Amino acid sequence: MESIPVEHGLILAAILFSIGLIGVLTRRNIVFVLMSLEIMLNAGGLAFIVGAARWGHAEGQIMFLMILTLAAAEVAVGLGLIIQMFRRYKTVDINVLSEMKG
Amino acid sequence: MIALFYIAGAIAVIATVAVILQTNIVHGLLYLILSLLAVAVIFYVLGAPFAAVLEAIVYAGAIMVLFLFVIMMLNLGQHTRDQERDWLSPRGWIAPSIMAAILLGQLLTVLSSIDYDLVPEQVGVMEVSALLFGPYVLAVELASILLLAGLVAAYHLAKTK
Repeated sequence: MESIPVEHGLILAAILFSIGLIGVLTRRNIVFVLMSLEIMLNAGGLAFIVGAARWGHAEGQIMFLMILTLAAAEVAVGLGLIIQMFRRYKTVDINVLSEMKG
Repeated sequence: MIALFYIAGAIAVIATVAVILQTNIVHGLLYLILSLLAVAVIFYVLGAPFAAVLEAIVYAGAIMVLFLFVIMMLNLGQHTRDQERDWLSPRGWIAPSIMAAILLGQLLTVLSSIDYDLVPEQVGVMEVSALLFGPYVLAVELASILLLAGLVAAYHLAKTK
């Protein structure tokens, strides 16, 4: 079986993370912001899997499972917040939230 | 196998770029599913079949369906799509993109100093679950409590008054 340079896997994770970061910073639609957060979490998981493959251990996969759980819980709460926000403001523009007081 | 890694990586990057450039939410979501499936292929190539299956089932399956349901509930139309096109003006995204590119450049500089060739060997379900229900059983319990907290919070937040 051929070998894969470990830095290529980590560089791929870094690229995906940066794309997610750009998405979080530039989009004004809150659904896209949440999707970009998912991309970033997924890139973190990819880095853990590359680490697991580097050492040949299963611990990296367990960390990936924890990230998966975290992402699921985060998405559930985030989507609940989006539904509540849409109900109150009738928009998905995050700029309206800057007018919240207290 | 190694060709599979690079092809899947290229697909993942292209699909992820397409996600953040979309104006239609559903199209963005479909590209995100494509990106997650490509990452699942990478997991398989790197010798983590259990993580690959979970990525396809939980991420590309469950979480994305959750997104889809919420998008259906929001019922956004053509109006939002036009608004999105206005919001994606170069004035808004050029400065964050440059800063993110600088960060990426720094990361690449640091990461390219690593020089190690890994030979992927399969670490299957047996090894992972033996660890999960051995030394990491507390982490599993904590994860279940986190999911329960997420469930209660989502129910409370999405409830109609």
